[in-house]
Amino acid sequence: MNEDKPKRMALIASQGTLDWAYPPFILASTAAAMEMHVAVFFTFYGLTLLKKKISAKVAPHSNPAMPMKMPYGPKEFQNIEWPMPKMLMGNMPGFDTVATSLMKETFKKKGVATIEELREICIDSGVKLIGCQMTMDVFGFSQNDFVDGVEVGGAATFLEFAADSDIQLFI
Amino acid sequence: MSNNQFDSELDCQGLNCPLPILKTKKAMDGLSSGQILKMMATDPGSVNDVQSWTKRTGNPLMDHSEDNGVYSFLIQKK
Repeated sequence: MNEDKPKRMALIASQGTLDWAYPPFILASTAAAMEMHVAVFFTFYGLTLLKKKISAKVAPHSNPAMPMKMPYGPKEFQNIEWPMPKMLMGNMPGFDTVATSLMKETFKKKGVATIEELREICIDSGVKLIGCQMTMDVFGFSQNDFVDGVEVGGAATFLEFAADSDIQLFI
Repeated sequence: MSNNQFDSELDCQGLNCPLPILKTKKAMDGLSSGQILKMMATDPGSVNDVQSWTKRTGNPLMDHSEDNGVYSFLIQKK
């Protein structure tokens, strides 16, 4: 299958936690590698993924389905799913920071790219990154806060691209 | 694999999705038409991923095989 007209994909990235940062950047970078034209519209918490330095965290107590495993130690130890009471996860200061470090360590050991790496590949392969003007205004972000190459637009900008796209996803 | 001729080699062992595909694309961009890339990966998903990528981009997948958890692919630049 080798069509003349390249496929297009339009994504909306509305979330800013580490676990939600992966889907838009994985999809966008891979679609670009498959020679599709891609635009990702970052809105609300997704805007934080456009910051020069990304500080996305993961919140275990908001994700009851998250398996809590350790990336260290012998294989049997690593396979243990630690039951974490919600009260512990919600009330222990710094739990999110620990959980974020563990998740990043797990990803590193499994050879998963970092968000920063995926974002750079997106930019290098011509993926359009668009910041939602309205949310920028509301949250007090300016284009200076973002990496180079980010465009700014509103709903109409996204919809124009999406109207001619083959794949449209809201993340 | 029957034919072991290739012009460039890319080792993606230990890398997880989507890195094998992203690196394959970059490596293929550097080849001239007709040249062949040999890519190795340990990601089991790469078998389907490489087939999807070659189908979508029109670069023929000449051969692929597996040996002890390492998947090897021969991809020709169209």
